[in-house]
Amino acid sequence: MKQQGMPTPKVQLQRLTSRRWVMGVLALLFGLALWQLVWMLLRLPAFILPSPSMVWQKFLITLSNGLLWRHLSYTLLEVILGLMIGSSLAALLGYFLSKSPWLENFASPYLVASQSVPVVAIAPLLVIWFGPGMFSKVLICSLTVFFPVLINTLVGLREVPQDLRELMRSLRATPAQTLRYLELPASLPVFLGGLRVGATLSVIGAIVGELVGSDRGLGFLINVGRGQYDTALVFVAVITLMALAAALYGLILLLESRLLSWQTWRKTN
Amino acid sequence: MPSSPKIALEVRGLSIAFVEIDGSLEVLDNLSFAVEANSFVCVIGPSGGGKSTLLRALSGLLTPSTGEIRFPHPSHTGPQTGLVFQKPNLMPWRTLFDNVSLPLELAGRPKEEIQQATQEMIDLVGLHGFEKSYPHELSGGMAQRVAIARSLVQDPEILLLDEPFGQLDALTRERMGEELLRIWGEKRKTVLMVTHSISEAIYLADRVLVMTRRPAQISLDLPIPLPRPRIEEMRFQPEFGRLAQVVHEQLSQNNDVTAMPTKMQAGLK
Repeated sequence: MKQQGMPTPKVQLQRLTSRRWVMGVLALLFGLALWQLVWMLLRLPAFILPSPSMVWQKFLITLSNGLLWRHLSYTLLEVILGLMIGSSLAALLGYFLSKSPWLENFASPYLVASQSVPVVAIAPLLVIWFGPGMFSKVLICSLTVFFPVLINTLVGLREVPQDLRELMRSLRATPAQTLRYLELPASLPVFLGGLRVGATLSVIGAIVGELVGSDRGLGFLINVGRGQYDTALVFVAVITLMALAAALYGLILLLESRLLSWQTWRKTN
Repeated sequence: MPSSPKIALEVRGLSIAFVEIDGSLEVLDNLSFAVEANSFVCVIGPSGGGKSTLLRALSGLLTPSTGEIRFPHPSHTGPQTGLVFQKPNLMPWRTLFDNVSLPLELAGRPKEEIQQATQEMIDLVGLHGFEKSYPHELSGGMAQRVAIARSLVQDPEILLLDEPFGQLDALTRERMGEELLRIWGEKRKTVLMVTHSISEAIYLADRVLVMTRRPAQISLDLPIPLPRPRIEEMRFQPEFGRLAQVVHEQLSQNNDVTAMPTKMQAGLK
């Protein structure tokens, strides 16, 4: 199709504001302006509330001397390892639980309990048991990811339409074929939903683990900043952390839109 | 007509009972019938009368309690039966093409064969050009055509149809009946079709089997002597009306509790 002339400025503006990211960026800028305003009005000392420009300075310094990357990469590794280990174990267990009602009933008290006990509450325990190194953090991340993914795997497999199961049986499909051709694609949307929740939770898990006891990572960086009354450093760590969680979330959204392109009609309908 | 027609399917003394909490539920009671090769047989009966159960048993989804199901001429190329469900049962994440090719993929056929056989079936049911469409983009009639193509793609000896047009509007339903006759004429399959509609049964079939209420028996085995090819005008001929009346009377007798066989009345106490 050929473009017919230039759109008017008003139409251009409408198009721009209708894009989601444009509004997101505007909201961020608004927040920054508000922060700057509060800082100018109250004139608080830097160790209580640093100005945006101070935090920006701190960000540039920690970026250039490698401090930020050193801690970010550590946390990132914990989160990614935790996500991979936790979600694959959860998917595996979820599959077997869904195949055996007996096993599911046996496991259900633990599943219910896990829903009500936040893993962060037992994080100190895990650090005591497994030390302040990376292992305890990966374990915490895996556990935080594990339960939402497990629950969603179970729900996803349970929601596989009975009619399609019958179709597969009438075509004499083996259990492995039923998994590959029916159960996997049918439960993928719910599974990925669990993964999305799990990814954000696992960042929280990693940080709590690091806050409890660690010598590296963004949680450790927050502790250092707090100890030295270097509040700008705390801000840098927290904002990096938010960016990390948002990036993971976005990555899984991207994965969803790639894998579930057949579902686009659900959004438009 | 040849003196001794080839038999494609033989059912002898078939009974099916489901075990329930409060005893067993007899669904089929000692059914016996044979279906000639290349013939079109319709089964008609009250709702919930075990017609679907019969088809499920014939397609191997259910094991008979007693009696036997025989296929005197086992297929060398494909499966014995292909089942078309009441609902199209398409996989929403697969394109039309991939839905039709599913049985061949499950059977592990070579790629070129899958490609060729699938395309041939899609052309046969008149869906050429829609190969890349997803199920949600298809009308009810189109979706049911896909289901028929999918059951035919493996080249089964006998096509089993479980009220395949029950969810379509009256006109589409008639058109699909014509399509089915055309496909049957081209592929020369044996067809056993369950339906609710008396006129559909008479228009399509060589023979109509009327079933009773549960536990179902065959109360009437009516040959339909209308010439082929069947044409629209036959629906309004006196002979058609007479046959419809015979089936209708038998059906309403079967629905009448007072006219039930004594054995069934005993079962009601």
